[in-house]
Amino acid sequence: MLNVEDVKKWMENFDNVIQEQRAYLSDLDTPIGDGDHGNNMARGMEAVMAAITDKDFADVPSIFKTIAMSLISKVGGASGPLYGTAFMEMAKIGNGDVKELIPAALAGIEKRGKAVPGEKTMVDVWTPASALVQKDALTVEGIDQAVESTKEMVATKGRASYVGDRSVGHIDPGAMSSGYLLKALLKAEG
Amino acid sequence: MEYGVVIVSHVAEIAAGVKRLIEQVAKDVSVTTAGGLEDGGVGTDMARIMTAFEENKADKILAFYDLGSAKMNLEMAIEMSDKEVHLYDTALVESAYTAAALLQVNTKLEDVEKQLKELKVK
Ligand SMILES: Nc1ncnc2c1ncn2[C@@H]1O[C@H](COP(=O)(O)OP(=O)(O)OP(=O)(O)O)[C@@H](O)[C@H]1O
Ligand SMILES: [Mg+2]
Repeated sequence: MLNVEDVKKWMENFDNVIQEQRAYLSDLDTPIGDGDHGNNMARGMEAVMAAITDKDFADVPSIFKTIAMSLISKVGGASGPLYGTAFMEMAKIGNGDVKELIPAALAGIEKRGKAVPGEKTMVDVWTPASALVQKDALTVEGIDQAVESTKEMVATKGRASYVGDRSVGHIDPGAMSSGYLLKALLKAEG
Repeated sequence: MEYGVVIVSHVAEIAAGVKRLIEQVAKDVSVTTAGGLEDGGVGTDMARIMTAFEENKADKILAFYDLGSAKMNLEMAIEMSDKEVHLYDTALVESAYTAAALLQVNTKLEDVEKQLKELKVK
């Protein structure tokens, strides 16, 4: 069960990786997109950290809402509304139970982007993650495997869909950042 | 006029350019835009779309967009707006032009939409 402090720790872990891997995420987005994913996420997480650091929150849903609004207003690319809606849906759960939170996040991403598994998007990470977390089996290896699985897929949603077959052989940047977010959660849970 | 047009693009100049193009044939139709990010960068921003809805003189809006996140941000803005907004998955320039030209001569929405259907590309 996550509390407000755990969520703060989660975001701090995620922000650290995003700032560190900013160039790498944009590189992943270059052959199959517009090369901005790292910058988008870094800008968004900067806003998240400014909105939550040293701030008091009554409960887990209220910090999730603040995170959602920062991402929606600052990311600027598709990942903004997608992650924003994920956090909005997690806020609606009303508690910090990851077994409910991860499926809610997935449902939010599906609702917003209308992607299904196999289309080479972040959905290809959230779908297995959601199944694994139900079985108490979400691990770093499981997450990495899901991220890696996007490499051989052909993109049919988002920017990468414009390059069609040429998207094969590249890991999806949003899948990678989703992997970072989920691993940051595991780390926060300890 | 009953209906207005909102243009959403990743790039400010594209949005402004489409507006300029369609105003030539629709001088009484309110056209507002949300182009690019606040800092001038390339992208789309829900708050800027909300502003384009609010600044539009009409209470009913036909919205057109270019790529990807523009649609997601439009849908979020629509969920939050009090205005009646119709969103089309059509070729941006051609469909915004078609809609504006038809609205200028008071074409019924139903008939505008018939024309727009042909321009669906996404
Ligand atoms: N419809 C969608 N459903 C799920 N995920 C998506 C969808 N579209 C894009 N994505 C994810 O978003 C990532 C790209 O995010 P990024 O921040 O680079 O936005 P972008 O694609 O550049 O935005 P824009 O649509 O404004 O061009 C992709 O790698 C993919 O994982
Ligand atoms: Mg991108």
